[in-house]
Amino acid sequence: MDFSKIYREEILEHYKEPLNFGTLEDFDMTSRQFNPFCGDEIVIFVTFQNDKISDIRFQGKGCAISVAAASMLTEHAKGRSKEELTKFTEDDMLSLIGIDVSETRKKCVFLALGVLKDCLVQNAKF
Amino acid sequence: MKNHKKDFPIFQNNPDLIYLDSAATSQKPRVVLDAINEYYTSYNANIKRGIYPIAEKATAKVEEVRKKVAQFINAKSKDEIIFVRNATEAINLVAYSLASTSASWRISRGDTIATTIMEHHSNFVPWQQLAIQKNADFLVLDIDQNFKFQISNFKYQIKNAKILAITHVSNVLGTINPLKKMINDLRTVNADLIILVDAAQSVPHMSVDVQDLDCDFLVFSGHKMMAATGIGVLYGKKTLLSKMQPFLYGGEMIREVTIQNTSFAKLPHKFEAGTPDIAGIVSLGAAIEYLNSTGIENVLKHEIMLIKYALEQLKNMQELTIYGSTNARKRGGVISFNLKGIHPHDVAQILGEMEICIRAGHHCAMPLHNRLGIPASARISFYIYNEEQDIDKFVNGLQKVQKMFR
Repeated sequence: MDFSKIYREEILEHYKEPLNFGTLEDFDMTSRQFNPFCGDEIVIFVTFQNDKISDIRFQGKGCAISVAAASMLTEHAKGRSKEELTKFTEDDMLSLIGIDVSETRKKCVFLALGVLKDCLVQNAKF
Repeated sequence: MKNHKKDFPIFQNNPDLIYLDSAATSQKPRVVLDAINEYYTSYNANIKRGIYPIAEKATAKVEEVRKKVAQFINAKSKDEIIFVRNATEAINLVAYSLASTSASWRISRGDTIATTIMEHHSNFVPWQQLAIQKNADFLVLDIDQNFKFQISNFKYQIKNAKILAITHVSNVLGTINPLKKMINDLRTVNADLIILVDAAQSVPHMSVDVQDLDCDFLVFSGHKMMAATGIGVLYGKKTLLSKMQPFLYGGEMIREVTIQNTSFAKLPHKFEAGTPDIAGIVSLGAAIEYLNSTGIENVLKHEIMLIKYALEQLKNMQELTIYGSTNARKRGGVISFNLKGIHPHDVAQILGEMEICIRAGHHCAMPLHNRLGIPASARISFYIYNEEQDIDKFVNGLQKVQKMFR
């Protein structure tokens, strides 16, 4: 179907078969956030090695946009340093997902990003 | 029924628009828009105070609409009609006033405040918060597997309750609560119970008679019944309203103000502080005239026809779950549903791109969605301007969505 600009093939593929979906038995950090607007929920598990993300998984339920965003973000984050990811902005997230979304749906795009950022900050405390 | 679509300019400006979200807000007919325009362009003045002709005209118009509203819901007197912003404000007015009024029905520690699992947040949160504030018990009546209430199950708790806030028609399930019988049963169990009815989803669509129902308060919003946003109505029995403490203080609600004290105006003005939404009131008058000329019973008939047709069409769809009764006569013009494996927001977004407007989310009823065990749902809702072909296009759109996600 080509009428939809948002639901292009890549987004739907990530939704149907998300990358890094699941949990980690041994993880260094985890965080969970909830989007009351759509009832979406994303949990991320991370392990670090030398300040770099060595492994990452996410779980949750949500719309195609939030799941695709989590899939793409976790894939992007793998092997990157905390410092690099701390600088990763909402605009970077929009470019990563590569679709033009409305204001209301931005919350779906940014849900996983918020969870990942939380994992980075929390870890800094230890 | 005649074609109403042509009375609504939005459909001329958007010829392909399929609007299926009237439970959120309705579209406005030209007569309503003209009435607002006429007020602002030919007799705009503040009410109650001016002694010149256009102020007199504006004042008379507001009181004329009050009378029209009273007749529309069969209130005993126009003094029982309070103009507020919307149903939410009306409910808050009652909750705040009951919290501060010094009468036997004042809410205090250990009292029971009751509402139901079916409520919109606007008829849930104010009562929950009042209960927390006053250390009162908060009772939430649950539905059975047929999405109905069995009052007999709550007899003991209801016996001690001071107030029950209940919706007439669910904005999610479409359930029409048989309020006349329910209120009668409730009064048998507890003669002192104060009953507030949220009629936001019923007054626009069906004949509502407050005396026949015998409720103490009834609230609704103008914007869901073709009037402008910003105008709503609180109906209350005079015996209660006259004893209640005002909710908002200020101008236009006083009789005499001295440095030491203030005496309040008579009903209904005691509850209408400040300049009201005059244009909104005028629009509500025009909307009621439009509904009266159509005949409210014809609105209901038309919606039952649409619901029947929609349920028939949706029945044949794979992997679709409908929430609520499948009996078209027992439900309002609302159908909530989910497509397996597809989030309702994705459904709404894709349909939106086809100019089909539906609602997705929890519809301001999170406790009910939790009760149903779902995070969200998609919802279509009808009004007099909808036609069978709107439903055909919607069903066609749903099939496209399913194809995309297959």
